[in-house]
Amino acid sequence: MTVPKEMPEKWAPAPSSWSQKKPSWGTEEERRARANNREYNEKFQYASNCIKTSKYNILTFLPVNLFEQFQEVANTYFLFLLILQLIPQISSLSWFTTIVPLVLVLTITAVKDATDDYFRHKSDNQVNNRQSQVLINGILQQEPWMNVCVGDIIKLENNQFVAADLLLLSSSEPHGLCYIETAELDGETNMKVRQAIPVTSELGHISKLAKFDGEVICEPPNNKLDKFSGTLYWKDSKFALSNQNMLLRGCVLRNTEWCFGLVIFAGPDTKLMQNSGRTKFKRTSIDRLMNTLVLWIFGFLVCMGVILAIGNAIWEHEVGTHFQVYLPWDEAVDSAFFSGFLSFWSYIIILNTVVPISLYVRWREGGPSARLRWGPQYPGVPQPDLPLPCSVEVIRLGHSYFINWDKKMFCVKRQTPAEARTTTLNEELGQVEYIFSDKTGTLTQNIMVFNKCSIHGHSYGDMFDLLGHKAELGERPEPIDFSFNPLADNKFVFWDPSLLEAVKTGDPHTHEFFRLLSLCHTVMSEEKDEGELYYKAQSPDEGALVTAARNFGFVFRSRTPKTITVQELGSAITYQLLAILDFNNIRKRMSVIVRNPEGKIRLYCKGADTILLDRLHPSTHELLSATTDHLNEYAGEGLRTLVLAYKDLDEEYYEEWAVRRLQASLAQDSREDRLASVYEEVENDMMLLGATAIEDKLQQGVPETIALLTLANIKIWVLTGDKQETAVNIGYSCKMLTDDMTEVFIVTGHTVLEVREELRKAREKMLDASRTVVNGFPCQEQLSTSKLTSVLEAVAGEYALVINGHSLAHALEADMELEFLETACACKAVICCRVTPLQKAQVVELVKKYKKAVTLAIGDGANDVSMIKTAHIGVGISGQEGIQAVLASDYAFSQFKFLQRLLLVHGRWSYLRMCKFLCYFFYKNFAFTMVHFWFGFFCGFSAQTVYDQYFITLYNIVYTSLPVLAMGVFDQLLGLLFHRTFPSSGAWSTQSCMSRAS
Amino acid sequence: MAMNYNAKDEVDGGPPGAPGGAAKNRRPDNTAFKQQRLPAWQPILTAGTVLPTFFIIGLIFIPIGIGIFVTSNNIREIEIDYTGTEPSSPCNKCLFPNATPCFCTINFTLEQSFEGNVFMYYGLSNFYQNHRRYVKSRDDSQLNGDASALLNPSKECEPYRRNEDKPIAPCGAIANSMFNDTLELFLISNESQSTPIPLQRKGIAWWTDKNVKFRNPPGGKDLEERFKGTTKPVNWVKPVYMLDSDPNNSGFINEDFIVWMRTAALPTFRKLYRLIERRNDLHPTLPAGQYYLNITYNYPVHSFDGRKRMILSTISWMGGKNPFLGIAYITIGSISFLLGVVLLVINHKYRNSSNTADITI
Repeated sequence: MTVPKEMPEKWAPAPSSWSQKKPSWGTEEERRARANNREYNEKFQYASNCIKTSKYNILTFLPVNLFEQFQEVANTYFLFLLILQLIPQISSLSWFTTIVPLVLVLTITAVKDATDDYFRHKSDNQVNNRQSQVLINGILQQEPWMNVCVGDIIKLENNQFVAADLLLLSSSEPHGLCYIETAELDGETNMKVRQAIPVTSELGHISKLAKFDGEVICEPPNNKLDKFSGTLYWKDSKFALSNQNMLLRGCVLRNTEWCFGLVIFAGPDTKLMQNSGRTKFKRTSIDRLMNTLVLWIFGFLVCMGVILAIGNAIWEHEVGTHFQVYLPWDEAVDSAFFSGFLSFWSYIIILNTVVPISLYVRWREGGPSARLRWGPQYPGVPQPDLPLPCSVEVIRLGHSYFINWDKKMFCVKRQTPAEARTTTLNEELGQVEYIFSDKTGTLTQNIMVFNKCSIHGHSYGDMFDLLGHKAELGERPEPIDFSFNPLADNKFVFWDPSLLEAVKTGDPHTHEFFRLLSLCHTVMSEEKDEGELYYKAQSPDEGALVTAARNFGFVFRSRTPKTITVQELGSAITYQLLAILDFNNIRKRMSVIVRNPEGKIRLYCKGADTILLDRLHPSTHELLSATTDHLNEYAGEGLRTLVLAYKDLDEEYYEEWAVRRLQASLAQDSREDRLASVYEEVENDMMLLGATAIEDKLQQGVPETIALLTLANIKIWVLTGDKQETAVNIGYSCKMLTDDMTEVFIVTGHTVLEVREELRKAREKMLDASRTVVNGFPCQEQLSTSKLTSVLEAVAGEYALVINGHSLAHALEADMELEFLETACACKAVICCRVTPLQKAQVVELVKKYKKAVTLAIGDGANDVSMIKTAHIGVGISGQEGIQAVLASDYAFSQFKFLQRLLLVHGRWSYLRMCKFLCYFFYKNFAFTMVHFWFGFFCGFSAQTVYDQYFITLYNIVYTSLPVLAMGVFDQLLGLLFHRTFPSSGAWSTQSCMSRAS
Repeated sequence: MAMNYNAKDEVDGGPPGAPGGAAKNRRPDNTAFKQQRLPAWQPILTAGTVLPTFFIIGLIFIPIGIGIFVTSNNIREIEIDYTGTEPSSPCNKCLFPNATPCFCTINFTLEQSFEGNVFMYYGLSNFYQNHRRYVKSRDDSQLNGDASALLNPSKECEPYRRNEDKPIAPCGAIANSMFNDTLELFLISNESQSTPIPLQRKGIAWWTDKNVKFRNPPGGKDLEERFKGTTKPVNWVKPVYMLDSDPNNSGFINEDFIVWMRTAALPTFRKLYRLIERRNDLHPTLPAGQYYLNITYNYPVHSFDGRKRMILSTISWMGGKNPFLGIAYITIGSISFLLGVVLLVINHKYRNSSNTADITI
């Protein structure tokens, strides 16, 4: 409660003018919150913890809802027609013919909105009134959630929902650890660890907490779930805060008796709320077509109206004047011209059925929608939102349900059905021309098996039979016996006994190798009973490596934030963990710095070979070449490789480095970059230990699927982070690359010129080949770019292109991207290896930009999210690597092979149905309406209707809606005929052959 | 021609149900609906199906067409234009407005006798009974005998709603423009003697119109009293209750009036005027011979280039004379047959040159 007396100037209480101008929304630049000081925090007018996802209350419902509804083009259009009909000289139909359907649609939508909002009110109330224990005036008080303010300290108990975004202060567990489940936040069900910063972790008691008066200055509210940067000022010192210290609203506290947290963001500012709503609408080419058509038809309507109006003016002038004996003119309408003008509007009214206005979609980039739910669903999962008047949406919804219900896309092993997370893209699936696929976890199973390793220039893992020859498949000897190790995982198998031998004889390199594997990782261990170890790894690679070390006698037992305990060949050794230099996609490596019981400091590093091999000590040169040979060999077998290295650090250097690291981690701006450069500095001149090779098996049915998709003229590009050899190997094993391909171009240039040259050569080769094939004589003319494209489209022979990440970086530059695209598109298969997530998205963007083709990206990991979001259609594989990809995707299922059914059956049917539906829909409207145009010539262009009014009113919404809908939902192309006609090919391939034709 | 869609590849990927009895089974239901295996049918166009279809259509349509055409041709019909625009026409004198009432007589000859019931129509041309303002210019509740509507007709009737401060009954442009020529038919038996043909004026309106839609207003016994407080339409000579001497055919339920009020869809139309009933089996209703038509010429059509006709026609099971339907059937049938022959020749000639020739999707 006390304001610290000596505050450093930097973070002295802000001048009041500054704090006053700051609203609680939008322009907030940084957030300050002081613990236990409501008066101080109130100055900033931060949002309270009361959330409101509802849109209306009883008074505002009618006006607001009507206002929203009349933002729909269709509704406004009908309102306009209604007004026209109220003018007696114009009204060709009585007004109720328009008001009946309009009121019907408005009422149904309003009722739906009202019910939705009612439930939102209910859930808001329920959530806002959840109880939490707030520390007020030194006492814990029960308060509903909505009364929690920024700066409050609240107590959470096990299995409770976190009420707001909290800074973890202390917990019942040692070192201020606590465990949370984030299923509602990001859908991941594994438990995560959060830790209080050491200074606050001692504040275990209310009396201490009540005196806590630290101030947190941090970033403004944002929607990044995995990032937080802030600083705690307390007792004249600064402490860096990261996401590791935060408990976000929506998480559930698990396995922790209690914990205390300081509210940083409340209510609408919490990351959960910032993430909800704002859904981006993807629209299909059919949508675009429909909008154009609607506009054209509207133009057509106006044309008809004009023709008939002119006709009316002429008729009234030529015939009508003489016919006044029996039909005098209206008093108000005294000239033929005016009569024609009025009849224009009359005809607009009776011909309006020709305009399928309900098909018109507004291009909304994003709309406010409360998608937040407090159930088991994942946030952001679009609930099928049904705009009632639109039959297109009904059809698409039907198609989506058919995808969800498809038994053939149900994975028995994982019990996961396919899920159409977007209902609006189905027909686009049938138009896909480019598929961008991730490799790991998408083409492969992402179940990692430690297969081979190279230790100090010696390769282990090949299987030898008794005579010393490399063993062939099927005659495998017995796997080696790990019974000497009581902690061994008996699911682990390894066939090369010489590695175990090396461990047992005490080869120091082998020991160091496994020590590294047991230390350098982020795996969590769980030991329920003595000796029963369970590893919880975030990436399956790590799990495989740590398990391997475990079986070879280097058992990772447990970790605390400061230590790692490893059972090394029976004896438990505790290492002091000084720093974790964590992994990310740019660094592509991770390191740990540990102090062993003898006091020596050593850095252990493992990472991708391209990165790591450049950072080795020059003295390891010989070893390097031997290891590189092994690495190439492994990669040639399609294995994933990692290089391991270590470095001894001396005490002073480490101390000095640790200070710089601390500074970097306290930096307010560009903290990431600074940390990366500090890390970079220490991970240098390392000693090579060896390399590991992990096998990742292909998923079932992948080669067949790829073959079929290729047959359907869909081009498949594999974008993978793996190294070239691995990628090429996988390419062969999944039949993307075949031996009877004319040539596989490999682009590995490091400079712009090299890359350009390689691409040019590839193109020339293809052109030469096609010239000799097509014309039989060489043509000498210099081909311009545009000609190149056209020639390359029709290139003969099958080619494939493999391009490396660093070459791709050049190829994606503005002046070369077209060249690259032309070359790549002439090839049957393209493999980009060593690509970053950003490059993945860039490649997709490139094809989208120039090819005007529908692209589909499929992937399973967080690194595919950008690509999935960029492509027209994103498909997520719900696999081993969390569900970020699924959350970002439009369709989700669990095996790559389901793609063929999604594209070639559902997508194709959907497209055909939608096309047929549109034709039918337009046909029936035209057939119905053109009668009035025709009749106009016989009734003096007077806008007399032929049909009964009710027939006109109900024609679209009652009499003819079901047949079109039924055809749009159920129509299917008969596959049997083609089956019979082309008996040699399978059912799907025949479908796919036809899919291009339409 | 068609086949059933059999999803023969219904092989499960694994054992049914979740292994180990998982808490919730997320496996989609294996129903025909959800798996899109509902019976489906699609016509497959092959030579084997298309050729017979063409021939069958041809063989069915041509006889039907011939039958209809012959039936239509057997219908006797004669049309006599009595507008009188030609100077030689006997009705030419009636074009001048001062000649009212004007009588004229037109002679005509029936080459063949008319058997069975004969219908007598009047026909108008260039008369826009289908104009929107004309069509809506009536008050149906007034015509239905509604007492308040009788004295206060609907606004739709403007400008024929009130005349001299009295409501018009029946109001509106349709009623106001009612056809009021009188037509009489005489058979010239010999040089100087002629016999009138009995014309029946009842039974020409729809039953529902006569009994449901049109009703005289309630009130006193006398028709005149029931229409008290109203005035006749501007163009009319007599008020509505004096349309006929028979009280069951006067007022709103006068059948000539009812027929007129049912507006025609096209500007050239005919409306039923009288019935000539067959007398007995021995004599034709209208024997061949000389006739003359007596016209009381009241209805001016000259100002808007209209024409007036009198039509005598018999009917058959398919209604009045209408050669179009028969011709249409015969044309379609012939085209279909011809196409069949052409395709047969093509198919015969090129059958073996390509395997996929019989696919025409």
